[in-house]
Amino acid sequence: MLLTTNDVKKIAYLARLGIEDHDLEAFTHDLSNMLNLMTQMNSINTDEVEPMAHPLPQSQRLRADNVTETNQREHFQHLAPHVEDGVYLVPKVIE
Amino acid sequence: MHTKTIKQLAEGLRAGTFSSVELTQHFLTRIEKFHALNAFITVTQEHALTAAKQADKRLAEGNAPLLTGIPFAHKDIFCTHGIKTSCGSKMLDNFIAPYNATVVDKLHHAGAVMLGKLNMDEFAMGSSNENSFYGAAHNPWHENVVPGGSSGGSAAAVAAGLAVCATGTDTGGSIRQPAAFCGITGLKPSYGRVSRYGMIAYASSLDQGGPMARSAEDAAILLQAMAGFDEKDSTSINEPVPDYSRHLTESLQGLKIGLPKEFFQHGLNNQIAQDIDNALNEYRKLGATIIELSMPTLTMAIPAYYVLASAECSSNLSRYDGVRFGHRCEHPADLTDLYLRSRAEGFGSEVKRRILMGTYALSAGYYDAYYLKAQKIRRLISDDFQHALTQVDVIMSPVTPSHAFTLGEKTADPVHMYLEDLYTIAINLAGLPAMSIPIGLSADTPEAPKLPVGLQLIGAYFSEAKLLNIAHAYQQVTNWHQLIPTGFE
Repeated sequence: MLLTTNDVKKIAYLARLGIEDHDLEAFTHDLSNMLNLMTQMNSINTDEVEPMAHPLPQSQRLRADNVTETNQREHFQHLAPHVEDGVYLVPKVIE
Repeated sequence: MHTKTIKQLAEGLRAGTFSSVELTQHFLTRIEKFHALNAFITVTQEHALTAAKQADKRLAEGNAPLLTGIPFAHKDIFCTHGIKTSCGSKMLDNFIAPYNATVVDKLHHAGAVMLGKLNMDEFAMGSSNENSFYGAAHNPWHENVVPGGSSGGSAAAVAAGLAVCATGTDTGGSIRQPAAFCGITGLKPSYGRVSRYGMIAYASSLDQGGPMARSAEDAAILLQAMAGFDEKDSTSINEPVPDYSRHLTESLQGLKIGLPKEFFQHGLNNQIAQDIDNALNEYRKLGATIIELSMPTLTMAIPAYYVLASAECSSNLSRYDGVRFGHRCEHPADLTDLYLRSRAEGFGSEVKRRILMGTYALSAGYYDAYYLKAQKIRRLISDDFQHALTQVDVIMSPVTPSHAFTLGEKTADPVHMYLEDLYTIAINLAGLPAMSIPIGLSADTPEAPKLPVGLQLIGAYFSEAKLLNIAHAYQQVTNWHQLIPTGFE
């Protein structure tokens, strides 16, 4: 396999994605298979090829710096798991 | 009423044969009756009946747009103000969208009546609809068969006559493949043609919304209402939208059809190959000539796509952190635990695999080998298409290597599932428009049910009108698009 369970643990932490220990083997297996598929790309020579990030060659549009949106803080905070006094609550970060 | 075209229904509404409320009630009753298909995640009955009443009023006043009073449904990836927008995920099971997607606004202003939100693979990642948090939708042609994905609910609903038409989105084939599996007509427009504002992002440089309908004629009407420049989408293209319905009946005399030989090699089901031959013969009769093409880089589309789509997915889905909206775990010990567990609980396995894959491909030391390499291959594939489309007017190919498969058949091996996308994903990499139209049914045997077959039409940038014209011409001389699965007549 191209990856070890330790590799997957590291990647999962980078992605802030919890993986249960009993699922690690399966993810390692599947990701290794995916990587195997991806290494097929090496059979094509791409020296001198300009990478393509986007289907259409265009630059970002600019617009006048005018206010177009109104503040909807309360409306949006209705969706949040925990809010208090207009701020989003998370576990204490700084003691 | 559920087998009529949009035009026929529009005439009926204007002639007073039935009202939009009656029409809407008819579809709501069918949705209830065929609940087991699991095509809908949310049915917005009250909303629909209110919209239908308004449509009837607008119709009575005259000058109502063509879609006024026509019942349709949205894929649950489009944000609908005040209505749950789940994207097929537990992560957004409690998400009531605070605004409308541009496509939702546009169809609302066009007077169309939204029946509800359709089932889909979680965050549009999947080819079978089995990755939905709400369970898989079923194929109306056979209950044990997948409807395709990710817009599986859209395809199932239209094929079963639970909605006149539906919206879908397509990142790697998610409109075309389910359209093929369910025997309907689906169109993925050129990248930038339909606004992505309010369409929940999976892979932003590939995602594109489009129409799913029972015919090219209906798809043209729906696309007309969906397409157009939107300043809220930074990748929207400011090109005029042609009158799609007006071009439908143009002659195909002299049409040059290209067949990339790489799409007709090993792995293609014999019967599908035969159905495509038959369809090509119809096109010859309509005045087309067939030219064989070679596009060798097409075979690299799957690996390149899964690197790029996973990379974009891992960045896009980093917004689901359990803080401002979406699922949050119980009693987090600290902030890191909050992120880790909220995301672990909120996402399904396929989404996790792609986030992990994308994170890996973008991480230090691997970026050049995977992400950059894939972007270079994307360029080669795009160049291949550009070159081919200078020689021919349209490229035709299969949509899928085989007929719709059985539920559970491919879930054990993700890579096996990815290979399903062989014929569709290169088109997203290039950003081109492409359609799927029904061209046959498999033989009915005791072992395998009768299942639809699709043909893919691929065109140059902004050639949607031409593609719809080519599809419509075929549908004028054949009746595959009019077939209705048994039990849904």
